Amino acid sequence: MSATTDAARTAAPTNPLGQSVRDSLVIARRNLIRMTRIPEMVLFGVIQPVMFVVLFTYVFGGSMKIGNTTDPDVYKNFLMAGIFAQTVTFATAGSAAGIADDMQKGLVDRFRSLPMARGAVLTGRTVADLVQTAITLLVLAIVALIVGWRTGSAEPTNLGQILAGFALLLLLGYAFTWIGALIGLSVRTPEAATSGGIIWLFPVTFVSNAFVDSSQMTPWLRHIAEWNPFSATVQACRELFGNAGVAQSDAWPMQHPVWASVIWSVLIIAVFRTLAVRKYRSAAT
Amino acid sequence: MPGAIYAEGLVKTFGDVRALDGVDLDVPEGTVLGLLGPNGAGKTTAVRCLTTLLRPDSGKAVVAGIDVLRQPNEVRRSIGLSGQFAAVDEYLTGRENLQMVGQLYQMKAKAAKARAGELLEQFHLADAADRPTKTYSGGMRRRLDLAAALVVSPPVMFMDEPTTGLDPRNRQELWEVIKQLVAGGTTLLLTTQYLEEADHLAHDIAVVDHGRVIARGTSDQLKARTGGERVEVVVHEREHMATAAEVLGGFGKGSTTVEEHTRKLTVPVTGGAKLLAEVIRELDTRGIEIDDIGLRRPTLDDVFLSLTGHVAEAKENGLAADAGREDEDAGHQAKKETAK
Repeated sequence: MSATTDAARTAAPTNPLGQSVRDSLVIARRNLIRMTRIPEMVLFGVIQPVMFVVLFTYVFGGSMKIGNTTDPDVYKNFLMAGIFAQTVTFATAGSAAGIADDMQKGLVDRFRSLPMARGAVLTGRTVADLVQTAITLLVLAIVALIVGWRTGSAEPTNLGQILAGFALLLLLGYAFTWIGALIGLSVRTPEAATSGGIIWLFPVTFVSNAFVDSSQMTPWLRHIAEWNPFSATVQACRELFGNAGVAQSDAWPMQHPVWASVIWSVLIIAVFRTLAVRKYRSAAT
Repeated sequence: MPGAIYAEGLVKTFGDVRALDGVDLDVPEGTVLGLLGPNGAGKTTAVRCLTTLLRPDSGKAVVAGIDVLRQPNEVRRSIGLSGQFAAVDEYLTGRENLQMVGQLYQMKAKAAKARAGELLEQFHLADAADRPTKTYSGGMRRRLDLAAALVVSPPVMFMDEPTTGLDPRNRQELWEVIKQLVAGGTTLLLTTQYLEEADHLAHDIAVVDHGRVIARGTSDQLKARTGGERVEVVVHEREHMATAAEVLGGFGKGSTTVEEHTRKLTVPVTGGAKLLAEVIRELDTRGIEIDDIGLRRPTLDDVFLSLTGHVAEAKENGLAADAGREDEDAGHQAKKETAK
């Protein structure tokens, strides 16, 4: 029977890890093609943080006290690491909405009926979102330079450190897209996933050291801000970029921000990837 | 030896609802089983259990000789699934969609590409192959979805309401495709709400209601149980009704039903179109003017009525209205397709 020979065309893969990587890349490619077909999505994703850079720089700059000064130039350099970090976390909404959309359209059912690696649909999505985040971050860095952000404004730095800072930002963004993946699998519509992917990010990114000097907060709020995983990356980037406003604090994550940032991001990936893949396996549309 | 699709005592509950309440199925290799039932009968749940998407609470399922519960990934290599929604990425082109599915069936990129080209030709989608599927009509999307399920020419296929929402022309086209597929030796399980569809495509039919198979047999066997075909006549003049009843009584295989207010008479018959012609001639000879006459075949409702004593429940609630809207959509899309 011809059907049997055709089915035999799909040789059983010997290496599960190889299959997992390959399937994830197939899905990532699919999501990247989608992005090129919906350029307005990418565009809005870039415009929003650019708006934040401009608004915060010109509206808040001059009235925010960093250390002992309200110099707008100091705030500008303080601000950028915060905006960068907030921007990468907003990729959460994109992952959540994309996966919820695949569920609603029946694509997840199709994928689940195929002999493919179990986590590949989610990994492919998060990897594609990482690419979009990197593009957004690049545009944002250019805009930041235009409005007057300078690396090494307070402490000397070098290219290696600056790139390390961006790497930490991308790692944080990647970690948050796994939270997005879990949200996308847990809600009923893409619309719910978009708002569900973003509302909780406001407290997370504002109760932090991103936009204000956390050492000036009430003590209980300051503790939350200092242990906030998001703050660790912001603090690490300020250090690596050599920008002003590195908060003086005894809290461990503020003392060792680079390590704290890596540990938090890896921990988030480990926990949320496990939960999301488990949810995907039993996903019911 | 069990068939290509075999299920024994499948049970699946969602909260208080027993979606499957002990379903047994056996589909011999190379044949088509039509799973017939109204919305909510458990058809989709059965398909989801057999295609590894859902784990049944209890029971046994074997597809292509492989235990579905023990080796789901092995089963996935041997099946194709075409669901209720055309599950294609609307921003990818037809070609990109098929290529992606091929690669996820673990074909090499090159082989997947070649296979995509073949399928696009076969399904008359070659002209639209490099357009995003967003621009496709409903019928084209269904064809692409079916093509995606056939990328590796799996020996066992599942189709969940493949023609729901399609207009008659697209439905006919899809039926032709399915027939060719089965002629090639594929074993198929197909769910449908339309008796006509099951009649057309399936060797055997299993009627499902409330998560149970309530009847099974060939289309003819089921029809025999439901009373088979009948002639319906609407006479023009009320005073002709008695004479018409007399004529029909002469041809009928049972008692004639008379509805005074609609001037409609119904009688069960055997003999099909030939008999209908004779009835018309006889009525004409007697000078009875008729408004309407026809040979009515049993519908899903008739099957249900005779098997369960209630009509297919989907018709009673909002679902019928939804189905109507879908048909309308399909109509729009069909127009688009013709306009191209």
